Amino acid sequence: MVAVLPLALANNYTYEIAILVGLNAIVCVGLNLLIGYAGQISLGHAGFFGLGAYGSAILAARYGLSPLISLPVCVAAVAAIAWIVGKPILRLKGHYLAMATLGLGIIVSVVLATEDRITGGPDGMSVPAVRIAEWVVAGEATWYWIVGGALVLTVWLAQNLIDSPRGRAWRALHGSEVAAAAAGIDPARHKLAAFVISAALAAFAGALAAHYSGFITPSKASFLHSIELVTMVVFGGMASTFGAVVGAAVLTTLPQLLTVFKEYEMVLLGAVMMLTMIFMPRGLVPTLEGLYAAARRKSE
Amino acid sequence: MISQIVLSGLTSGAIYALVALGFAIIYNASHVINFAQGEFVMIGGMAAVAFVDVGFPLPLAIVLSITAATFIGFLLEKLAVEPARGAPVVTLIIITIGASILLRGLASLVWDKKIHALPAFSGDAPIALGNATLLPQTLWVLGATVATVAALWWFFNRTLTGKAILAVSHNRLAAQLMGISVRRVLLVSFGLSGALGALAGVLIAPISFTSWDIGVMLGLKGFAAAILGGLGSGPGAIVGGLALGLMEALGAGYLSSAYKDVFAFVIILAALVFLPNGLFGRRAAERV
Repeated sequence: MVAVLPLALANNYTYEIAILVGLNAIVCVGLNLLIGYAGQISLGHAGFFGLGAYGSAILAARYGLSPLISLPVCVAAVAAIAWIVGKPILRLKGHYLAMATLGLGIIVSVVLATEDRITGGPDGMSVPAVRIAEWVVAGEATWYWIVGGALVLTVWLAQNLIDSPRGRAWRALHGSEVAAAAAGIDPARHKLAAFVISAALAAFAGALAAHYSGFITPSKASFLHSIELVTMVVFGGMASTFGAVVGAAVLTTLPQLLTVFKEYEMVLLGAVMMLTMIFMPRGLVPTLEGLYAAARRKSE
Repeated sequence: MISQIVLSGLTSGAIYALVALGFAIIYNASHVINFAQGEFVMIGGMAAVAFVDVGFPLPLAIVLSITAATFIGFLLEKLAVEPARGAPVVTLIIITIGASILLRGLASLVWDKKIHALPAFSGDAPIALGNATLLPQTLWVLGATVATVAALWWFFNRTLTGKAILAVSHNRLAAQLMGISVRRVLLVSFGLSGALGALAGVLIAPISFTSWDIGVMLGLKGFAAAILGGLGSGPGAIVGGLALGLMEALGAGYLSSAYKDVFAFVIILAALVFLPNGLFGRRAAERV
């Protein structure tokens, strides 16, 4: 599908939206592993996105590292941070975990905005263009393929994880942590793995986003962005990688479409969020799958 | 200096406590975290400003705006929460977040995006108290909060509706078997939380002003206070709110004012690591 889409994209603007969708989708696929499969929650994942973005940007801008180096270093660093932070936090459950992740996200976004000597403050900082040997990576089409490739890689990774013993462990945890523990699955280890993997993916997407747009602001790590990401996962359908991608696609393009309505944009966005969650509580893809299965049963 | 900080901390703490109470009441009745709670605070302040601008006397404007917020609380429960009753927790969270976005958008349309101030209830002349100067409005905030807490205690312990709400929070099925209408309890809870939020908004508007988007941070901090005190505990919400306000003020005063918003969350994180159920939260016993 990633290969086919450019045929439908008319101009730079639509390419840009597709790239944004792809970046959000990478984060959402990772977040879905945490929320949909392992059954945890994170209201602060935009913090990891922001850390990835700023990390790679700062390494590239201030230390002149090529993005080919800064990106993996950054992702590894954020994964390490997630590992350190996740260990104590994942002992919490439910709303308390939500609060802890929320707090983390806000702390990250405020620190990013305040330490302006390093990060450029609330106005953000610019990111130098990506140079690999002689080739300057620029242009919407080029980035489209980069992001598209990254997304395909992410989905492949996620699907493999889901079908692996770890993926089954996650689903067992989601069902009942006590039962899983009784069956020999260590909840702490697996929850931490889901947390770290989803954080790494978010950082990966963040770094890509920074290098793509050439500019980043602390708003990328904001609470609102975290909420958008969770909404994309839930809207698309939890425990469904395809759902995560669909959710990212719909909820990234929707505000773009809604700008036509100018001042009514917020009202409509809120209304759409509420109505879709009220009428499709399991998310778009599972609801559609359910309808499809019901229709097939009827026609037999 | 410290007395000034403590006073300012207690004032904002009282507001957080009122917001946290709103969270606690709704959570107790429905196990839903109402992320639109902050918007009730915004509605309280903005509506009161609007009524005053139209010409109503201040007391009437306050009463009207609190009534409006109560009504919006009813609407929220009826239109958003009730239809989605069996949904998973994450879905309900998203619904209330959607509601908060909707309310913010409506506020920016109905009113505007400017910052507004409500006239102080009894004048602006500062009162000298030892080393500190006290705004009369601060006394209103603290006094009204104490009065509200007392009124709520009387409501929950002495009236039938209040006791019904408590019953539902302890054991919904048993309450239903006793003939309590859970739907009515939910409605009243949301309305009550709306009123509390609006009261907080009206009280704080003369001091820290009000605008269409103050609900976001206030809602988050109120939620943090409710969690700190232990989700579902009324006294916990109050203690959590006051503690949060104090620690925030002390941190901003002595450590770094740029990171003021962060202190609240750092403290919550630390608290949650050592007390996973908050200060007064029920030690969650898992049924296997």
